[in-house]
Amino acid sequence: MLAHAIFFYFFSFVAIISAIMVTASKNTVHSVFFLILDFISISCLFIMIGAEFLGMIMLIVYVGAVAVLFLFVVMMLNVTQQKNQWFKSSETSTHIPVGLIVSLIIFFELIIVIGGWKYKPDIIKNFSDSLISNSTNTHTIGSVLYTEYIHLFQISGMILLVAMIGAIVLTFRKREGVKRQNYFSQISREKNQGVEVVEVKSNEGVKIDV
Amino acid sequence: MEYIVLLFSEIYKILYVLIPVLVSVAMIVWLDRRIWAFVQKRRGPNVVGPFGLFQTLADALKYIFKEIIIPASSNKIIFILAPIVTMTLALIAWAVIPFSEDYVLADINVGILYIFAISSLGVYGIIMGGWASNSKYPFLGSIRSAAQMVSYEVSIGVIIINVLLCVGSLNLSDIVLAQEKIWFVIPLFPMFVIFFISSLAETNRPPFDLPEAEAELVAGYQTEYSGMMYAMFWLGEYANILLMCALGSILFLGGWLAPLDTPLFEMIPPPAWLILKILFLFVLFALIKAIVPRYRYDQLMRLGWKVFLPFSLIWVVLTSGYLLYFDLLPVY
Repeated sequence: MLAHAIFFYFFSFVAIISAIMVTASKNTVHSVFFLILDFISISCLFIMIGAEFLGMIMLIVYVGAVAVLFLFVVMMLNVTQQKNQWFKSSETSTHIPVGLIVSLIIFFELIIVIGGWKYKPDIIKNFSDSLISNSTNTHTIGSVLYTEYIHLFQISGMILLVAMIGAIVLTFRKREGVKRQNYFSQISREKNQGVEVVEVKSNEGVKIDV
Repeated sequence: MEYIVLLFSEIYKILYVLIPVLVSVAMIVWLDRRIWAFVQKRRGPNVVGPFGLFQTLADALKYIFKEIIIPASSNKIIFILAPIVTMTLALIAWAVIPFSEDYVLADINVGILYIFAISSLGVYGIIMGGWASNSKYPFLGSIRSAAQMVSYEVSIGVIIINVLLCVGSLNLSDIVLAQEKIWFVIPLFPMFVIFFISSLAETNRPPFDLPEAEAELVAGYQTEYSGMMYAMFWLGEYANILLMCALGSILFLGGWLAPLDTPLFEMIPPPAWLILKILFLFVLFALIKAIVPRYRYDQLMRLGWKVFLPFSLIWVVLTSGYLLYFDLLPVY
């Protein structure tokens, strides 16, 4: 139990420190790296409470895909300068109310969740009794996700699909004057289409269609 | 006291896996260069030790004694962290690889997801190295490489789903044991081919070695690295290649299982079968490096997104439909 406690406090300490450093560090790329550290320590905490499937999915989705995109955006747009300005100038004040509102909403949501868990434990107990107790949590999640919550699951998938199509439509531009290759026409080209034997009379030359 | 004994026994077990992996990485670098040379009718490294076997050790010794140069304008902490991250991630994934039924360091329930997560973390070593160098070529190389690895991870994930549908478990030992009747390479042969090509792209091997395309980008993200830090990138890369070979042989070639249940084959210990399969896949990797020209970047992206992803998605539908129709779905 002692080792468990040591690991728990270590990971939660790292998670909190790196979450603070995400907002506090002046270099934006460093912020993203701290965010990644935060994700990793949170997924370690997930694994510690026995939710290894969630922990791994957290690593794959957030660290392996989402944070890479964050890094791309941050590196390409060079927002380091802007962040420094927010720290110094009076523009800071315009961003603080928005951040406060978002964090208040998240705080109240947490209170609702934890309060419900604390004061109405029978709801969660009824729910967890219906699950198969002696199987791994991957099986448990699968058996609930694809039966009871199939509609919510499908709807969230549709929302993601719509968001993806929307992002593609917004950024898609068909540029003129770009030479594109058509693989099928390239591969299906025969000898008689590519090579033509022309008889050339001397001193006259020949005109070829280009 | 109890904890200390536990700690030391765990460290002993870890070293029992780690040292063979590191030695085989060194040997595999030699094998790679040797095969490459044989295809091109050269001799290859054949001077140091018998058949040149100690060439990699000599190279490592050279790298250790070289000076490590850190560029003045680089971001020093991240610059030093990058090769360490690459090397560590390449080695910690070996924790879940089962060498036989009881020779596995950590037999966790979500082994395949663990390997997938670790290999998707591998991008960071490259991005960090490229960005921290604060130079044009490394940066371009790392961006390219990250885009490439992320794209091919998608198709590898879908291919893994195919295998998992047939197994019904995320545990690597279960995946191997499910292949006792037939190796998955036979029913899922197209998926094996796509997995093999994707793992070439995932490990930045030729013909997909665009991140370090020397004609365009000098040496990609490794340009500013020297000495031992360069060697760590390079060892991490080869450890990753070995890991992808091991994953391929566990998912499709039956892991530690012998091809037939005959007494002759049973005389060979199970880990030796896994090693033979890894070697077979690695020889294919090395041959492809020697005989296939490098892809262009848009061709690479097209292959990943427009060919492999739709094809493996369709194959998921086919596999699940087949399993459902013939009532073969594994039920737990």
